[in-house]
Amino acid sequence: MNGAPVIDVKGLTKKFGGRTVVDHFDLAVPKGAIYGFLGPNGSGKTTTIRMVCGLLKPDGGSGAVLGLDVLKESDRIKERVGYMTQRFSLYGDLSIRENLEFIARLYSLDNVKDRVDAALKSLGLSDRAKQLAGTLSGGWKQRLALAACMIHEPELLLLDEPTAGVDPKARRDFWDAIRDYAAEGVTTLVSTHYMDEAVQCDRIAFIAYGKKLIDARTADIPDEVGLFARRIETPALDEATRRLKSAGGFDVLARFGAAIHVAGRDPDALAAAMKSVDGLPEIEVETIEAGLEEAFIYLMTGATDNFANGLETRVGQ
Amino acid sequence: MISLSRIKAVFLKELVQMRRDRPTFAIMIMVPIMQLTLFGFAIDTDPRNMPTAVELRDDGPLTRSLLASLRQSDYFKIVRRVSTEAEGERLLQAGEVSYLIVIPEHFERDFVRGERPQILIAADASDPVAASGPIAAANEIARRAFAPELDRLPRKLRGGVPPFEAVIHRQYNPAGETSMNIVPGLLGIILTMTLIMITSIALTREVERGTIEALLSTPVRASEIMIGKTTPYILIGFVQTAIVLLAARVIFGIPFLGDPAPFFAALFMFIFANLMLGYLISTVAKTQMQAMQMTFFIFLPSILLSGFMFPFAAMPKWAQGIGEALPITHFLRVVREVMLKGAGFAEIRGDVWPIAVIVTVLSILSLLRFRRTLD
Ligand SMILES: Nc1ncnc2c1ncn2[C@@H]1O[C@H](COP(=O)(O)OP(=O)(O)O)[C@@H](O)[C@H]1O
Ligand SMILES: [Mg+2]
Repeated sequence: MNGAPVIDVKGLTKKFGGRTVVDHFDLAVPKGAIYGFLGPNGSGKTTTIRMVCGLLKPDGGSGAVLGLDVLKESDRIKERVGYMTQRFSLYGDLSIRENLEFIARLYSLDNVKDRVDAALKSLGLSDRAKQLAGTLSGGWKQRLALAACMIHEPELLLLDEPTAGVDPKARRDFWDAIRDYAAEGVTTLVSTHYMDEAVQCDRIAFIAYGKKLIDARTADIPDEVGLFARRIETPALDEATRRLKSAGGFDVLARFGAAIHVAGRDPDALAAAMKSVDGLPEIEVETIEAGLEEAFIYLMTGATDNFANGLETRVGQ
Repeated sequence: MISLSRIKAVFLKELVQMRRDRPTFAIMIMVPIMQLTLFGFAIDTDPRNMPTAVELRDDGPLTRSLLASLRQSDYFKIVRRVSTEAEGERLLQAGEVSYLIVIPEHFERDFVRGERPQILIAADASDPVAASGPIAAANEIARRAFAPELDRLPRKLRGGVPPFEAVIHRQYNPAGETSMNIVPGLLGIILTMTLIMITSIALTREVERGTIEALLSTPVRASEIMIGKTTPYILIGFVQTAIVLLAARVIFGIPFLGDPAPFFAALFMFIFANLMLGYLISTVAKTQMQAMQMTFFIFLPSILLSGFMFPFAAMPKWAQGIGEALPITHFLRVVREVMLKGAGFAEIRGDVWPIAVIVTVLSILSLLRFRRTLD
């Protein structure tokens, strides 16, 4: 294995009607990595992925994907990349088998039938081969889409929110499959909204409003975000939540079972906010180190431009 | 660079989708039948027992069997036998008869010699629509009447072109190209309507459903998509043509006089031209609704300026210019020449190459318009 990154792009920029949607985006994804791509809705993740696989022409920037020029060699890039679109984009009026055969033929694969049989089997779709794709549930559609973008054994997988709207069991199975591919040396760039998925990534790039804000090893993300946090325990959790919200001064308020975690980037404001819950029955306030959960909530709820108001998110269950 | 296997992949996929899309499939087969029925009602306003005068300037077994066949037919009711042309004309003008059928001198002699004598049919074509059925029928009646005689003819006269020529002379509406031309013209209209409509959403539908994204993320090329997506509908075009030709013969008694080979060459080009026109629309239209609107934008001149509705020669120059740019104008000429006049390759060449040029221009435009990105 050589050390050159599978994706190595610099300054990628995309404008839609004068509005810059992706702004000087750099990314280096090493071979075999599972790279998480995080960001609020509309931050430019899909646009970036489309530029990487040649579906959108960048307005600026340059780079290589699988050692091929991202601006000039998109035909050859397409042959070696598997792209799973955010929205299901296979044919609802074709059966599972027909969809896979269609895609396999477009990649000019030989023995299409065997390949499709193998793909159906490995994804547990054999029994449903004749079912029309449009009649499948979300989880099965997602399996089919993954099978379709894996059929030509790509070296790079681009997965755009692959598990949105899929039940937890299907999501776990999906991630098992991704880790198996990674073990075989397949590189993956995956955008997601789910924290339990983000933690499975080796590295995470965080993008907001087209700009990359963070790019770090997953374990280093809380440090990068720089949050201070408190853990509050009291039987009167609802009252505590109400008081904290009206006091403000923090960025994240999340309930973890019988406790509330409150976190913010400004340590003084956070300390001040704690005064609002003084005097509640059996209250215990503990300073904790902000973890991936708090960092994740902070990032995904768009707190980056919302320092004034505390944001509440429930985690767990 | 172009991969046959990828074209085949797109082709097969379209075929399956076409088969599953029952309503559209039904429309493509029903439209010809519906159009024909509608026009059929207009044409076939019971043109039975039309009062007819005959003038026989020759006498012999052929003439007599023709007369007998005319008597037996539902279309003509022979009410008078006249001996001078002037008398026949007078009856026709007075409206006492609708047809005057004239067998010329030496008809039998010329027939046997293979000189293709003429049977003159003068028609009161002031109602061209009502007149078309019997005119077509006359041809067929004559053909059948002579069938037994044909067997006795020298070999070279049998088969192929009939050994006589039915010359139809429309009185009072000499420019009324309509009548007999409606059904062959309808073939052009039906193919234009359905084929453009169906291909105009070829790409638009993929864009609307979002399937274009998965499609374009594969190595498939623009030209492969274009060919794969249009060729399945060539089959549909041929099926529709078969329906119309069958109906033309069985219901309206319109013969197919010419050589099928040049006709099919022109038909193939014409079907292809319509598919390319529709495909070009689908590279422009953003929604299926827009595609429909653009399709109708093509229909109007196709019906009005192609010579289907109004005689081409009578149109102003600018309208003729637009007409010449439409594939249907050329196709209508070919159909009429071949079906009604028995023309061959040589006569229709002048209308086949313009269709070829149109096809080439349209496919180049489509390929230029088509983006393999989502921009
Ligand atoms: N084809 C397009 N034309 C115009 N604007 C677009 C287009 N695609 C995306 N956008 C806009 O670009 C921004 C980024 O979109 P997207 O890349 O889909 O974000 P994400 O995937 O992170 O949710 C959004 O504001 C979106 O509305
Ligand atoms: Mg997106």
